Amino acid sequence: MPTERGDMERYRTLARRTVMLGGLQAGMISLLVGRMYYLQVVESKRYQMLADDNRISVQLVAPSRGLITDRTGVLVANNDQNFRALLVSEQARDVERTLGLLSGMIQLAPSEIERIRHDMVRRRRFVPVTVRENLTWEQVSMIEVNAPDLPGVIIDVGEVRSYPLSDQASHLIGYVGAVNEDELSEDNPVLSLPGFKIGKAGVEKSRDADLRGTAGASEMEVNAFGRAIRELSREPGERGRKVELTIDAELQMDAHRRLLQERSASAVIMDAQTGAVYALASAPGYDPNVFSKGIPADVWKDLLDDETTPLINKAIGGQYPPGSTFKLAVALAGLESGAIGIDHTVTCNGTFQLGDHTFYCDAYKNGGHGTLNLIEGIAQSCDVYFYDVGNRTGIDNIAAVANRLGLGQRTGLDIPGERPGTVPSTAWKKAHTGEPWYAGETISCAIGQGQVAATPLQIATMVARLASGRAIVPFLTNEIQGVDMPRRDWPRLDLKPEHIATIIAGMKAATDHGTGKSVQIKEPGMRMGGKTGTAQVHQYTVAEHDKNRIAHVEGDLPWKLKNHAWFVGFAPEDDPRYVCAVLVEHAGQFGSQAAGPVAHDLLLLTQQRDPAKLKVSAELPWNRS
Amino acid sequence: MPSYITFDQPELKLGGKVRALPWSFILMVIALGVIGGAALYSAANGSLTPWAKPHLIRFGMSVVIMVAFALVDITVWFRLAYPAYAITLALLAGVEVAGKVGAFGAQRWINLGFVQIQPSELMKIALVMALARYFHGQLAEDSQRLRTLIAPALMILAPTAFVLLQPNLGTAIMLSMVGAAMLFIGGARIWLFIAVGAAGAAAAPVAWRSMHGYQKRRVLTFLDPSIDPLGAGYHISQSRIALGSGGLYGKGFLNGTQSHLNFLPEKQTDFIFPLLAEEWGMWGGVALLTLFTFVSFYGVVVGLRSRNQFGRMLAIGLSVNLFLYVFINMAMVMGLIPVVGVPLPLISYGGTSMLAVMIGFGLLMSVLVHRDTKIGRRYPLGD
Repeated sequence: MPTERGDMERYRTLARRTVMLGGLQAGMISLLVGRMYYLQVVESKRYQMLADDNRISVQLVAPSRGLITDRTGVLVANNDQNFRALLVSEQARDVERTLGLLSGMIQLAPSEIERIRHDMVRRRRFVPVTVRENLTWEQVSMIEVNAPDLPGVIIDVGEVRSYPLSDQASHLIGYVGAVNEDELSEDNPVLSLPGFKIGKAGVEKSRDADLRGTAGASEMEVNAFGRAIRELSREPGERGRKVELTIDAELQMDAHRRLLQERSASAVIMDAQTGAVYALASAPGYDPNVFSKGIPADVWKDLLDDETTPLINKAIGGQYPPGSTFKLAVALAGLESGAIGIDHTVTCNGTFQLGDHTFYCDAYKNGGHGTLNLIEGIAQSCDVYFYDVGNRTGIDNIAAVANRLGLGQRTGLDIPGERPGTVPSTAWKKAHTGEPWYAGETISCAIGQGQVAATPLQIATMVARLASGRAIVPFLTNEIQGVDMPRRDWPRLDLKPEHIATIIAGMKAATDHGTGKSVQIKEPGMRMGGKTGTAQVHQYTVAEHDKNRIAHVEGDLPWKLKNHAWFVGFAPEDDPRYVCAVLVEHAGQFGSQAAGPVAHDLLLLTQQRDPAKLKVSAELPWNRS
Repeated sequence: MPSYITFDQPELKLGGKVRALPWSFILMVIALGVIGGAALYSAANGSLTPWAKPHLIRFGMSVVIMVAFALVDITVWFRLAYPAYAITLALLAGVEVAGKVGAFGAQRWINLGFVQIQPSELMKIALVMALARYFHGQLAEDSQRLRTLIAPALMILAPTAFVLLQPNLGTAIMLSMVGAAMLFIGGARIWLFIAVGAAGAAAAPVAWRSMHGYQKRRVLTFLDPSIDPLGAGYHISQSRIALGSGGLYGKGFLNGTQSHLNFLPEKQTDFIFPLLAEEWGMWGGVALLTLFTFVSFYGVVVGLRSRNQFGRMLAIGLSVNLFLYVFINMAMVMGLIPVVGVPLPLISYGGTSMLAVMIGFGLLMSVLVHRDTKIGRRYPLGD
């Protein structure tokens, strides 16, 4: 609407340019709308996911660890309630005052207060910091009563593993502990949960996958600072499976109690026919309850420094010269290789001569055992007899049979920490030292000395194999969550039955009138067969043999150099069901004197309790999944 | 209505002016202010404090100012154009630049009692007024001469330079673009814009070197937000997530997770549009954009209906100003352009831009009310 001269032209320009500008603006608006369409329609799904990623934090809920019971359903690993005091610093009006008040109730050490302050600085103000775990009921109620004075203090209930048998089954059941760096590499997010514990030893470690359970998940809505606003959903997870052991808790405790009469000892009681282990004891033990709550440094150091090695499961991890118990394998090797016959006799006058070297027998002072057959050789444990058999048989034949009896390799028991022992052979020596085998070494090995080494579990397994004639493998797990472990139908050993029968007869003779006579079980129908063993730790010179053979047995040597005492037996003698191997470390006595009485007591107890007949009591609450 | 009235005699009495007010336009403006209040209510997780209530109070006072400005005679605004520009430029120079070095006690704001305002915001209006005043005196053939364009070019460059020194890239871009639009509708030759555009592109590397570190970072993270997802790229990434997760229909009023859980930064100021679009979806976003487009288009219509060149250029310039506010803000939160710090008019929290925008609307309505007023080309010297 131009009004004056010259205005018309500039109005036209303005109008035209305004339309052009409007076109540009329309283009820009289209760009905005197009972008909105792209973001809010085309890519909307992706951005919705990103928004949910932003706001939803999935937190794992630790599963309850599976319980462990013995064969009768008695709990040997349980979950106790663990009352923890937590402090949320943003809710506490005055943190120092609150800590001071708490200190008066639960006696906080300065180092603890230091750690709490440290944790609070490192974490966001709304994240709870643990003040103290494992509070007693008195402490919990004291905090609850004073709650109005303690803003920001929360009592939280968690779980802590407890072991009712304490040190009586520590090595067997093991313990749980915090996840370490190496274990974190396993791709399972539940491991990184604060306070999550996994099996570190024993059954807790070997059955960890079953016991651990499946983590639940809690979906929390969080804001940009990570503060939880509300819980969106919760999936409870699945508690770990219950593991039922072959162990009989009653027997295990008895065995441990009996072993504690010695300074350091170990015993294995197993089923001669199935391989089920009824007791696996190693004394002294340690209290695994301390481990699951976090072990104090001084307690740990004491355990490490103790020369009776309480941390080692001697039943499977202690390797000892088997002494005379090895004669069973040597005898069988002699028979199997054809080096001797069942009626082979040797006359013992106290010594055995090989080249210019003289080997002695225990009966040396008394002029020797006289003429012995194989059964009497075993019964009297005559060294000269076995020097002769070993010399005839040769080390490689001995090794082959010993291996088939379970020596020289891990038996395969289903807990960690088992050691293989040693059965030497010419090939073994060549591989380890590069040197040839000397015939004199075979003589030492023939009486279970020299390089031969075995664990109590291996010796028990050897006798179980002899008693059953089957390639028995010991095992500890009966069933998992009510499901039987695969049935074990051990194959027959490819050994002549009459050879095995002769060895068994030798063991029966040993406890009838031989070296084990004094420890024979008197109760009717419960008699045992067995074999004693004395294992030298110290290498004696010929002169010592003459002068000190008796002296060292009587205890003049330091504890660490004294002989180990062995006894391995089976019962009942005519229908072997149970095998018991006992080792007393550095007993300084003959096997029949130190280990024999223990085996006597344990085999008697075992037969009286008869764990093979004990059933799982289905009505116990933890047997319902 | 008489077709010829001299500028000395106001054509309308007050009552007539009030009746001539564009009530539909005022309604649209009020709608924008109320939408802003609702968005700020949501930004505070459903609370009137700290943003919605002050916003609405300020907005109510600004509406009064807007209407008051509309009723003031256009010749008054014509006469005030240069003084207003000069005063604003002086304030800008003094308050912004000197304030920065501390001579004015670091006072960068003018306190008007109910609102504090930055001179740079007022300059957006004052520049349009001054350029409209200048081109009012030029005929079409004058505007085509380069000599004629020297003065308006300086009028644009002076405040732009001050604002750049602040540094406030967003306002500088808006001032230069509004200025360019004024020269364009004023009749400057088109090849001039092409030449300046080409020169600008050639000078880009120089400009890059003179940019502040944070400005460079903004440009780089605009080009690729994943460079720095937790730092400078965080704003734009979270803004896109807010927009995109809103989808077509939105999550519903007060249900935006990105904003309420604080993932969306600056949600009450520059990034308020993603909050709206998250809760109201694309339809809400397009509706708001449409409302802005109507308001802006209304300004163009007002300009084309005015019988004086001052009113035409003032109205269209103010319309372009509003459009630029809206475009730069939305384009920046959608990741189309770098984040430069321009609020969404009447929606974003903050009195600074609100008062400037409402004064602009007041002037625009004044142009409409006084559309038939004749102002001589050589005024006040006479035709």
